Amino acid sequence: MHVEIAVNGQAHEHDVEPRLLLVQYLRQMVGLTGTKVGCDTSSCGACTVLVDGESVKSCTMLAAQADGSEVTTIEGLAQGDELHPVQAAFHDQHALQCGFCTAGMVMATVSLLDEIPSPTERDVRLGLEGNLCRCTGYHNIVQAVLAAAGTNG
Amino acid sequence: MIPAPFDYVRARSADEAIAALAEHGDDAKLLAGGMSLLPLMKLRLATPTVLVDVGRVRELSYVRDADDHLAVGALTRHRDLETSDLLAAHCAPLRTVASEVGDNQVRHRGTIGGSVSHGDPASDLPALLLALDATFVVQGPGGERTIAAADFFHGFLETALEPDELLTEIRVPKSLGAGFSYQKFQRRAQDWAIVGAMAVRNGGTRVALVNMGGTPLRALAVEEALARGASVAEAAEHAAEGTEPPGDINATPEYREHLARVLVRRALEAASA
Repeated sequence: MHVEIAVNGQAHEHDVEPRLLLVQYLRQMVGLTGTKVGCDTSSCGACTVLVDGESVKSCTMLAAQADGSEVTTIEGLAQGDELHPVQAAFHDQHALQCGFCTAGMVMATVSLLDEIPSPTERDVRLGLEGNLCRCTGYHNIVQAVLAAAGTNG
Repeated sequence: MIPAPFDYVRARSADEAIAALAEHGDDAKLLAGGMSLLPLMKLRLATPTVLVDVGRVRELSYVRDADDHLAVGALTRHRDLETSDLLAAHCAPLRTVASEVGDNQVRHRGTIGGSVSHGDPASDLPALLLALDATFVVQGPGGERTIAAADFFHGFLETALEPDELLTEIRVPKSLGAGFSYQKFQRRAQDWAIVGAMAVRNGGTRVALVNMGGTPLRALAVEEALARGASVAEAAEHAAEGTEPPGDINATPEYREHLARVLVRRALEAASA
């Protein structure tokens, strides 16, 4: 089937199989490999992207379902050399170890801060419950989200 | 993991969806948010040959005040339930339980109607709708019919829905000032409940159980004990009566029975506080 999807502000048109998952579409057809496939069972959140501004797990959505939507991936956050505030906060707070979960964590955070601009630590921990860090580096991730929100002093 | 091949049909209205189901028969499956169906298809536990995508049928996404009850469109997303002012004012338990489903990403896509139609005894919302005595409105080629929640869940992933029918609306009574608690026991925050217990106290007391059998269940023995004047602690001892909990990697049936008794007691205490 034919899909038209705006990825990071750029229009794309492709003929795809209906069973193509959004994450495969992004990685293999659009060529954006920043979005990772972790568990492939909608548990780990590594594949989180924004669809029309809201976080979704792109391993559990068909490209066909995103037809006509605006998708934002990790590659779409920075403005040239200037990191997005959430990316900058993850860098400043050393909120990553191996880095595999990071793209998903950052995208989930962007969506969370859009919904809750001034979260408490509890809001952050609940808001990121769909994203797993197998290095268990949650402490610095939570600090980074609070820093990005400007709510940790 | 990649689903088996299928044809994709996008419905733009409830009527289009019903027409597509009529055309494709038993081979077709409705796709709403896909949070339950797509994982099953990726594991090839479900292999429909036609997917009828109702995810864009906006006419079925709403929460409306209908005098003595609230009407919730079947394609209302969990995110829209957990942020609904109408639910906060008139049916806070539904708002609370919607906020407990999955995680943010799942709640951005998943719908109440999808959860109900899937009929998973481990899901949160079906048990609540059973406890609230909700009514489900269903449309098929022959018109509309209503089904009481108590008559809807027939077995594991089996419901009263016919293959050519679409769930369109969920009607919940207004439960003003209801005491409510949902006790969800899980290993990770986003997981399904290993066991869940919810209590609604509004005059009488309703108790429902998650993942204690092939369907969501009312803990009728607990409710009857309370009606006889038993204490919360005494009534909660009846929580596992009439249940057939599954055994799996997370818990044996015996452990689930223990959890049910503890969680029902906690839910009753919290709903009374």
